[in-house]
Amino acid sequence: MDYTVIIGLEVHVQLLTKTKLYCGCANLFNPDNPNVQTCPVCLGLPGSLPVLNKRAVELAVRTGLALNLDISQYTKWDRKQYYYPDLPKNYQISQYDLPITHDGWLEIEVNADTGERKRVGIIRAHLEEDAGKNMHDERGRGDSQVDLNRAGTPLLEIVSKTDIRSAAEARKYLEELKLLLLYLGVSDCNMQEGSLRCDANVNLHVHTNDGHNIPTPITEIKNVNSFRNVELAITSEVERQFEEYKRTGKKLGDPGATKETRGFNAATGKTFAQRGKEEAHDYRYFPEPDLCPVTFTEEQIQAVRESLIEFPADRRTRMQAAYQISPYDAAVIVDQQTEFADFYETVAKGCGDGKQAANWMTQDVLREMNDRKLTIGTFPIRPEVLCAILKKINQGDITIKAGRDVFMALLEDASMGTDVIIDPERVDRIIAEKGLAIVKDTGAIEAAIAAAIAKNEKAVADFKSGKQAAVGKLIGEVMKQCKGADPQTVRTMLLETLAKA
Amino acid sequence: MAEPLSLDKVQRVANLARLKLSTDELQAMTTQLGRILDYVDRLSELDTEDVAPMAHAVEVSNVFREDVVVDSLPRPEALKNAPKTDGRFFLVPQVIEH
Ligand SMILES: [Zn+2]
Repeated sequence: MDYTVIIGLEVHVQLLTKTKLYCGCANLFNPDNPNVQTCPVCLGLPGSLPVLNKRAVELAVRTGLALNLDISQYTKWDRKQYYYPDLPKNYQISQYDLPITHDGWLEIEVNADTGERKRVGIIRAHLEEDAGKNMHDERGRGDSQVDLNRAGTPLLEIVSKTDIRSAAEARKYLEELKLLLLYLGVSDCNMQEGSLRCDANVNLHVHTNDGHNIPTPITEIKNVNSFRNVELAITSEVERQFEEYKRTGKKLGDPGATKETRGFNAATGKTFAQRGKEEAHDYRYFPEPDLCPVTFTEEQIQAVRESLIEFPADRRTRMQAAYQISPYDAAVIVDQQTEFADFYETVAKGCGDGKQAANWMTQDVLREMNDRKLTIGTFPIRPEVLCAILKKINQGDITIKAGRDVFMALLEDASMGTDVIIDPERVDRIIAEKGLAIVKDTGAIEAAIAAAIAKNEKAVADFKSGKQAAVGKLIGEVMKQCKGADPQTVRTMLLETLAKA
Repeated sequence: MAEPLSLDKVQRVANLARLKLSTDELQAMTTQLGRILDYVDRLSELDTEDVAPMAHAVEVSNVFREDVVVDSLPRPEALKNAPKTDGRFFLVPQVIEH
């Protein structure tokens, strides 16, 4: 007896608008100043009227196109009625039967080794308002505090099909979705601040030994606060459902086997049952009479499509081909967001060596960026300067090691806070000051070798009597004279000279 | 003809709307609501064969607001009508969760 895992994800993302969805209050995460971003509309006061935020609609369309969704030519909003203290109107203005976008997909990588990819279907993405924030008294006593700063801020709810087959795939889907949303600039996807929230619907199709496929009851895991925990929660929920099935044989549709809501306890790594609502949800949706419907023409949709930037998946593929870099390097660079990838492309084009540029970006730049808590935007070595260093290496003017020395010296300049301008000229100056240029003038090396031999008679005698190690001292002497010389060249020339002597 | 409206159904709708109805009120509501539904039901006598379904009663579309911040209410104004506050938050009875 084995089973197939069936997962569908519902993701809520906060849109990066300046104002709320139906009123002009600021859309700003501001937990330290509760209830300062409200007005009669988002407080649900009688007589107020919502008006739709144009920008939120544009961001929804942009996201829709990026997720290969169809944009509805006619869309409207509906009231979803329920009572909760953080929902002042006692209904949420959401979308029911005619969502703004529907029927698309997101492609994810399911096998890092083979690069195998699959499409996860997306049923719909609709535009709705967020609720406020309800804070419970920790000890379970006293009143709850309600902050309505968030009430009415714009959310896009993205509902996947149940195409996801493992906890790892669920995590991949979320990571790819987040990357795409960041690329599009539609959300900051900050999970800590609740800008991206995920609910997972999970069940199993148990394949019995007599050849039947039995679906287990569906559970919804709510409010998991990181992608890693989503993965852990699903893994533990899958095990729990299989054990439960073996124990009880309960299947989807059995009396009493209704959809269950579960939470996740990160400390135990297990999901737990949340007390079921006394009554089944009955939202009694009806068209929102206070908001007008929205229509799109094919030309409008086309205009948004043309304004879209390149999507991460396309960019990885293009960069691999254009700069001859590995899928791994392309992924690391693209995963760092648009600005980093733009930086890389400027360097790669400028120095004409995509592979070399990728090595530096994914190792040196990324490491120093993280160590020094910088972003690519505040990184003191700009693309044209890194380009100058890489060119010097490629032309054989300096060694890779010397290139790293220059790189670190420039960062040192920056961290000293001096008014040194970090430009290609500064690169030249450091190379000169530190004597890092590879000495191509063999005459100078020959002279230094002759001098070293004359000065170190003992070392020469030792070498001739078979002490190989003595040559190291001589190489050191020569290198001291010609700092930029390539040690390998010096060694070869020195051995030749000694053999002749 | 639609099914006659039952007391149970009206009670359920009342619960969903957080309305407490006495037995007399429930009876009266059931009769009155039933009459309204019967009246609306007469619409089904119309032949709508070639009429496109209407999703919204308003015929205007595409009314937008630019994404520009306007002043919000000062906090004391926002909290003014609340039955209970602590000067910063609305205070409500503990909602049972989990
Ligand atoms: Zn407002």
